[in-house]
Amino acid sequence: MGTNTTNRITGGVAAGKSYSSSCNACKQCAPLGACVAFKGIEGVLPMLHGSQGCATYIRRYLISHFREPVDIASSNFSEETTIFGGNKNFNAGIDNIISQYHPKVIAIASTCLSETIGEDVQRLINEYKSIHSDEKNLPEMIYASTPSYAGTHYEGFHQAVFATVKALAGAQGEPGRHINLFANFISPEDIRHLKEISSDFGLDTVIFPDYSDTLDGTSWEKYRRIPDGGTKPEDIRRTGLALMSLELGYILNSGGKNRVSAGEFLEEHFDVINRRIGLPVGINETDRFFNLLSDISKNPIPEKYRKQRGRLVDLYIDGHKYVANKQAVIYGEEDMVVALAAFAAEIGLIPVLCASGGESGKLKNTLKSVLGDLYYEDMVVGQGFSFEQMEEIMQSLHPDLMIGNSKGYYIARKMNIPLVRTGFPIHDRLGAQHSRCLGYEGSLILFEEIVNTLLEDKQRQSSVGYKYM
Amino acid sequence: MVYESDKTKETETLIAELKGFKEEVITKYPNKVAKKRAKSIVLSDPVDTPQIQANVRTIPGIITQRGCTYAGCKGVVLGPTRDIVNITHGPIGCGFYSWLTRRNQTKPEDENAANFITYCFSTDMQDSNIVFGGEEKLKQAIREAYELFHPKAIAIFSTCPVGLIGDDVHRVARHMKEEIGNGINIFGFSCEGYRGVSQSAGHHIANNGLFKNLIGRDDEKKGSLKYRVNLLGEYNIGGDAFELERVFEKCGINLVSTFSGDSTVQKFENAHTADLNMVMCHRSINYVAEMMETAFGIPWIKVQPIGANSTAKMLRKITQYFEEQELIDRVEEVIAEEMKEVETVRAAIYPKTRGKKAMLFVGGSRAHHYQDLFEELGMTTLAAGYEFGHRDDYEGRHVIPTIQIDADSRNIEELTVTKDETRYNPRKTEEEMKKLEAEGMEFNEYHGLMKQLEKGALVIDDLSHYEMEKLIEKYKPDVFCAGVKEKYVVQKMGIPLKQLHNYDSGGPYAGFKGAVNFYKDIEQMVCASIWQDLKAPWESEEYIEAQFVY
Repeated sequence: MGTNTTNRITGGVAAGKSYSSSCNACKQCAPLGACVAFKGIEGVLPMLHGSQGCATYIRRYLISHFREPVDIASSNFSEETTIFGGNKNFNAGIDNIISQYHPKVIAIASTCLSETIGEDVQRLINEYKSIHSDEKNLPEMIYASTPSYAGTHYEGFHQAVFATVKALAGAQGEPGRHINLFANFISPEDIRHLKEISSDFGLDTVIFPDYSDTLDGTSWEKYRRIPDGGTKPEDIRRTGLALMSLELGYILNSGGKNRVSAGEFLEEHFDVINRRIGLPVGINETDRFFNLLSDISKNPIPEKYRKQRGRLVDLYIDGHKYVANKQAVIYGEEDMVVALAAFAAEIGLIPVLCASGGESGKLKNTLKSVLGDLYYEDMVVGQGFSFEQMEEIMQSLHPDLMIGNSKGYYIARKMNIPLVRTGFPIHDRLGAQHSRCLGYEGSLILFEEIVNTLLEDKQRQSSVGYKYM
Repeated sequence: MVYESDKTKETETLIAELKGFKEEVITKYPNKVAKKRAKSIVLSDPVDTPQIQANVRTIPGIITQRGCTYAGCKGVVLGPTRDIVNITHGPIGCGFYSWLTRRNQTKPEDENAANFITYCFSTDMQDSNIVFGGEEKLKQAIREAYELFHPKAIAIFSTCPVGLIGDDVHRVARHMKEEIGNGINIFGFSCEGYRGVSQSAGHHIANNGLFKNLIGRDDEKKGSLKYRVNLLGEYNIGGDAFELERVFEKCGINLVSTFSGDSTVQKFENAHTADLNMVMCHRSINYVAEMMETAFGIPWIKVQPIGANSTAKMLRKITQYFEEQELIDRVEEVIAEEMKEVETVRAAIYPKTRGKKAMLFVGGSRAHHYQDLFEELGMTTLAAGYEFGHRDDYEGRHVIPTIQIDADSRNIEELTVTKDETRYNPRKTEEEMKKLEAEGMEFNEYHGLMKQLEKGALVIDDLSHYEMEKLIEKYKPDVFCAGVKEKYVVQKMGIPLKQLHNYDSGGPYAGFKGAVNFYKDIEQMVCASIWQDLKAPWESEEYIEAQFVY
């Protein structure tokens, strides 16, 4: 590309300069994240309260990643709506969703438009319910406040998880022996793996959000307007009766003002103990995860996973020489960055730059505490970073590899370094919905991909066509 | 229209069956919705064109293909220009989602030439900006953009909250133009997402901005070729503009500017020096064509260079307009040469595609233009409709005076354009225009999508998800053309979907080479064996029923 390189930002951020505007952001808006989380509820239809463009843009973005239908309704604000309020459009939207989709749940997220005019969506829901109080089978309605001018898509995701639990969780009934697993923004294939692990421990686990089927379906004989799958509303109801909650990820939505996570909410209101551990990527974090599951279930770690761990260690031994001391740039959602950095440090990569568009302010300390001895002192931690800021720093770091979503491809291309795609979005490769990194098995797959990417690069750059690497 | 010999008996029966569709679909809607949707579903008749309801608000809760005003203004019309720094004023989402996702391409003159289309600039508004106003942040963003890139022009695009909190992007633009000086051009667009019915409102707003702020600022005639034309409503998706540029150059035609595929500030500023405007996407750009005719005296014609025959037709229209034998000869030579490859490929593919059926629900022109390509493949378009078209895009421009102006359209500024005092120069005398018209040339005219469709084909505006599902279920087309939002829904139902917004990373599809690409891509789609494997053997009834008989 003929970008005018002489005019390009050089060293701005490295020199301590900060920008008021954003060039090539490394984050999306909160309602997008909310829609992903909502898709993890069984029988749901998400609706955005705002302009139709929000639903269209977000659908297009999610569909291109998951390669699956993603229906998101909108209350289609007009100029008139912005002046007189959205209740007419809200009611019409709900009516039409019910008559077309017959959903079990309508999950509503706000947008910058409705938040700016001060719409009280919870009041709209209450009014709708009271007008239709004589109707049976009215769907559940959930509302998450997700103005796009506060936080990122990652916070929107966790805000929706919290809102869903808050709306549905109850204390009726006997306390159960089940646990809640709040699984974070991970791929459908990784969700399936977590379900497999939990079931192998003999645990009764409510995994939420579970979009492993709704965003990664099979081919169907007959089209289904609302795909099968998702966490059942009755299961979300019983999260209030669980033995404990496990939240994967340390940061979640804690960066925002007055933000509470689903686990924290259940602990405060239903006395369900909340445990936050890292996303199980790599040996160390996965060991923690498995040990915890073993403690909770009082079952030993199944043979299958002991073998998986063994194979992973064996693979580390075989492959560590290819990755040792290579410098890696890791970017994406904050908790995923922490997990990937821990994994990278463990396999001998040096995470020279860890960046996220998220602005919780907690990334650096979390990295320090999770990586422990493996924390690399010269690591640049980019909080609230854009790709442009990442690139500036990378120009002086000369890293060997990037690990993150496909939006960083342009930097990899410009700097002629390989990119291992993981996270969200992946718009330039097939199979984002099957991308894996969780558990011993997921780590094994990711490790192989990193090694092979480096080998491929080495082979490609070599003047001799080596066939034996 | 598909030649009689291309149609199969089955196609004719299917067209006859389309009659029942409307009745069946609308009865499933609540009364009020049914009443509204009924007006947007008609059976085509090329002779006695029926009236269709279009460009009306989508009903809340009905999932639509449509985007917003911002998307039409920033994403579609201004997005493809490489040397304007486009700053989205708003929270991060809108800017991010419109970051290179339309696959517009551009070719900077050299290594050092400006190209900003690979960037995503946003003021990334935070809650404090919503409360206290975002104008200062916007000013700072413009200063930063200038400091970093020294662009010729900076454009500001408003997202939903901007209008609500009272930020005046136009005032900021004026202020910053003065502050920076150095001849920089800075202008704003009030293209808040909620403003219009669809992205179409954004096109109109963008057209006004182009006319007010860019067109006509540079009078110098550039280039040595004497046949000077503009191509309007071409956005260089998948390299379409490159193919058309190649064809024009080969013919010796000077393409002064394209609005806005592969475009630059300088080309816009110079556009009024052309002698003929050709309108490709009528919906998104007809306003510019009209304004340029009024102000500068440049006539416009409708062209559709999608399809090899249609491209040839466009070139012949140009020669007819310029009336010079040298150009006529050159163009005929080029057509003959280009058609060789086209015909070879078409002949090989045609037997496999003949008689197949397509449905097109896309754009504000694409659902019309691509019918040409399908006709070249011997395929019939059973149903078509636009996402954001107006009645004139369906029925032809003669209905414009009868279109009711609703509140949404009234929101959009109508520029009052008058003859430019010094530069108005009718390119043809009245007599010459009359003579050309008598010879069959049509100026300021577009006949709309329904003139081309088969009698009895279904026309549906702003197709809803539910209607799409029913269309496929009932009529099982061989290929469905729409965008990525529809892609996986349609493919779940076992029908291949061709994306005509971004071409599924294929293209170009315009011009001669584009036609060849399209033939091959469609052949590959409609003949793929994967569609036969959808059912596992144990799922088929025959498998269950079949038993060995001893």
